Amino acid sequence: MDFKDIKRVTIFAGHYGSGKTNIAVNYALNSSAAGNQTVIADLDIVNPYFRTKDASTALSKKDIKLISSPYANTNVDTPALPAEAYSVIHNKDNYAIIDVGGDDRGALALGRFSKDILAENNYEMLFVINKYRYLTADAASTVEVMHEIEDACGIRFTAIVNNSNLGDETTAQNVIDSLSYADEVSEITGLKVKFTAVKEDIAKTLLNKITDIMPVKIYVKQFLS
Amino acid sequence: MGEKVLMKGNEAMAEAAIMAGCHHYFGYPITPQTEVAAYMSKRLPKIDGGVFLQAESEIAAINMVIGVASTGKRVMTSSSSPGISLKSEGISYLAGCDLPALIVNVQRGGPGLGGIQPSQSDYFQATRGSGHGDYHMIVLAPASVQEMVNLTFKGFDLADKYRMTSMILADGTMGQMMEPVSLELGEVKNYDKSWALTGTKLERKPNIVNSLFLKPDELEVFNFNRFDRYKTIEENEVMYEEYKMEDAEICIVAFGVAARVSQNAIDAARAKGIKVGMIRPITLWPFPKKPLLAAADKVKAFVSVELNMGQMKEDIELATRCKKPVLLANRTGGMIPTVENILAKIDEADKI
Repeated sequence: MDFKDIKRVTIFAGHYGSGKTNIAVNYALNSSAAGNQTVIADLDIVNPYFRTKDASTALSKKDIKLISSPYANTNVDTPALPAEAYSVIHNKDNYAIIDVGGDDRGALALGRFSKDILAENNYEMLFVINKYRYLTADAASTVEVMHEIEDACGIRFTAIVNNSNLGDETTAQNVIDSLSYADEVSEITGLKVKFTAVKEDIAKTLLNKITDIMPVKIYVKQFLS
Repeated sequence: MGEKVLMKGNEAMAEAAIMAGCHHYFGYPITPQTEVAAYMSKRLPKIDGGVFLQAESEIAAINMVIGVASTGKRVMTSSSSPGISLKSEGISYLAGCDLPALIVNVQRGGPGLGGIQPSQSDYFQATRGSGHGDYHMIVLAPASVQEMVNLTFKGFDLADKYRMTSMILADGTMGQMMEPVSLELGEVKNYDKSWALTGTKLERKPNIVNSLFLKPDELEVFNFNRFDRYKTIEENEVMYEEYKMEDAEICIVAFGVAARVSQNAIDAARAKGIKVGMIRPITLWPFPKKPLLAAADKVKAFVSVELNMGQMKEDIELATRCKKPVLLANRTGGMIPTVENILAKIDEADKI
């Protein structure tokens, strides 16, 4: 995948727990590696437990600015949007990666910026899907979630990211089994599958089996070792 | 084993409740359990006869639970520590009325508003019943997302079987973590509910669900009968798991997230040549007194690992009649004991 010619704004949204934050962090690192001046904004005001901030060391090493709620990863349970998030939209010298909270509830916060994003019209909004999440196990229910998100934030998705995984237990076969599901979502919505995100170790074994694969590192831990 | 799905602990409890036939949920959002309510709000309206209601407060929610439980239908509410305190009056009324219900407590640090990070400091509150009066709840302590599924299903079954409240006592980590789970749970068992308020149709005498008994001798009978039932439960429903106890000289006692960290500590200690094992209570009430008493004759010390100031430690001392010293490896306020914290106590116990 070429990260040199990505859109000025890339938005990641999807079902709660679909893995948006980790994909967004990996995407930001790839964008930065391609030489883009990259910022990442965490607009997840729903879940104070898992935040982009978990990846702050990896991001700061690559000079990627992280904009998140001043209360993220603290004990303050306040659904506050970071004031700096506005600069992501208005400062057009940066490549902006926006990590949106899960479901329609999370996407509501993005609505504050929709008008500006649509006016600039240099964005991509990626729908992150995971076949192994119970409420998005089939294409029809996945598409239902997609429409709820679009209605909540007022922006339409432009492509799909297949992030189907079973956490630590994910096998190469799990990924292969998810391809037809992603294709079905693609067929119903008319949106292309931009890439399939796969944990680095498994991705190695799938490079010649899946086109458009994005190997990912796990920066945002959802598990306890 | 069916196909696995990836679920967050809070969602897993909600889905397992629906599978157990609980189609009525009343709650109020509080971190770190809000996903239970959020999940129910998406799922229950799609189920025929399903009711999701965000009450105006925790107190309202628990009273709605009393209402549905009176009709014999399966019902649940969920909250986190401060919210459970608010519900405690209603929990006492559920006990006084002998009503089955499931209550989820995804604990956070306290006292007061405390914090939003994980804690086990509601151990006393849960195992001693929560509210006023002589009563118990069945308290189930999951240590994995799969167990959150299985124990929620089981919790409804036990509640119906004994006409009492079951509580899932989880913590912020358990509620928030994601793990692959199987949702194959088997058949829902049906119990006699001829006591329920379902309308007489003028064909029978009205049933009465009530916790007010002004005649002391009458109230005493209810309390005695209830404790006879508790005795049966203590004999038949204790659940626990042993880990490397066969040759253990030190016994760790831990539940929930503390048991997961303890397991790593045990493996690390054994690598150093110290024989450590664990008894993990799955039911906190009834507490696994017998296996602990039996272990007291074999080990030289116990180490209680908890996310509180040592509440379960007292139950271990009671269960083992203080036969062997019980050390405490604990963190509080939202902190989780590290493997190093536990290893330090194991070393201390090893010197005894």
